[in-house]
Amino acid sequence: MAKTVKAQMPGTFYRRPDPESDTYVEEGDQVSAGDTVGLIEVMKSFHEVKAGEEGTIARFLVENEEAVDAGQDLLEME
Amino acid sequence: MAIRVKSPGLLTTVQDTGRLGEYAIGMPPSGAMDVFSYQVGNYLVGNEEGAAGLEITYFGPELEFTEDAVVAVTGAQMPPKINGEEAPTWETLSVEAGDVLTFDYLQNGARSYLAVAGGIDVPVFMHSRSTYTLIGLGGHEGRALGEGDELALGEAGDRSDRVGMAVVEQQIPKYSKETELRVIIGLASYRLTEESMEEFLNTTWTVTPDADRVGYRYKGGELGFVEREQPAGAGADQANVVDFGYPVGSIQVPGGVEPIVLMNDAVTGGGYATIGTVISADRDKLAQTKTNDKTRFRSVDLEEALAAREQRRKQMAEIKEALS
Repeated sequence: MAKTVKAQMPGTFYRRPDPESDTYVEEGDQVSAGDTVGLIEVMKSFHEVKAGEEGTIARFLVENEEAVDAGQDLLEME
Repeated sequence: MAIRVKSPGLLTTVQDTGRLGEYAIGMPPSGAMDVFSYQVGNYLVGNEEGAAGLEITYFGPELEFTEDAVVAVTGAQMPPKINGEEAPTWETLSVEAGDVLTFDYLQNGARSYLAVAGGIDVPVFMHSRSTYTLIGLGGHEGRALGEGDELALGEAGDRSDRVGMAVVEQQIPKYSKETELRVIIGLASYRLTEESMEEFLNTTWTVTPDADRVGYRYKGGELGFVEREQPAGAGADQANVVDFGYPVGSIQVPGGVEPIVLMNDAVTGGGYATIGTVISADRDKLAQTKTNDKTRFRSVDLEEALAAREQRRKQMAEIKEALS
């Protein structure tokens, strides 16, 4: 089973820190444990989503600004 | 100290039945959003009604017990774990000094309640231990719990005989992604056009990510107000009226889009027309809806609202009796 990064909480998923900035990561990027890969907005605050371990981002499973549930897979790592 | 906060979760606050009766000075009640789950937690651990517990929203904390305690987790489907082992909800549990309570991902509902025998012992502010985070009053230092916080417990004595007591299955609320809330139309519903009132009641609304302890905001439709020349003292928006008090549960529609149900930490009055009020018996259910869930509003009369309130009171009394 592929490794995934999950949403800790429900909310809206964002791939960049603000609309003018670059995305945190792209498919194919190498990440280390603790690297931020996205944001979840809920209750008027933003929470960083971090990679749990090192690896390569294989693919995103949700779109930017998509509503996500707690525990939902956001991206696959390899 | 009895509970050490290893990580606080998303929004974990000390709450009780609330700071009721202070509207005259503009103080909202705060308190547990889902009073049913909060109170049943107290019944399970044998607390006096109104003992303070923890309200845990969307994503759970990691709590270490520094002494033995009797606890219960009620509310949302967010499975608790003691030292990594899943533990039942709606049931009295014992934990030992050194045990760590964590939570799995939220499945349904929005808020879990942790009741601890003796209650969470924070200073009483204006006859309540509830946290009002917006102005930093009550609860633990007027704020949500943070990493490293330590909480004391009230005197509990030996409650070990309560361990294993459970709420019967039929009495446990089922939460889903679609909820119907009953409303009493008014106080300023005359401001909405007839078609818009119909649309309000026929639309399946979506809870927005903004929904919190202050208010629940919904999207999914647009509502129109009866055109008029605004009276002296009312704002320019057609959604404005001359300032008046907002009941908890009241629904306003600033700008005609995105209705907002005001909840426990909301401003107590202002100048938006309130088109209806969610009945008190259904606010527990509202508090267990989460971002992106669907909600419909159904108009009921006062008689049905009062009957629902009475039914809820009876149900809680039955549960309390069964657990005494």
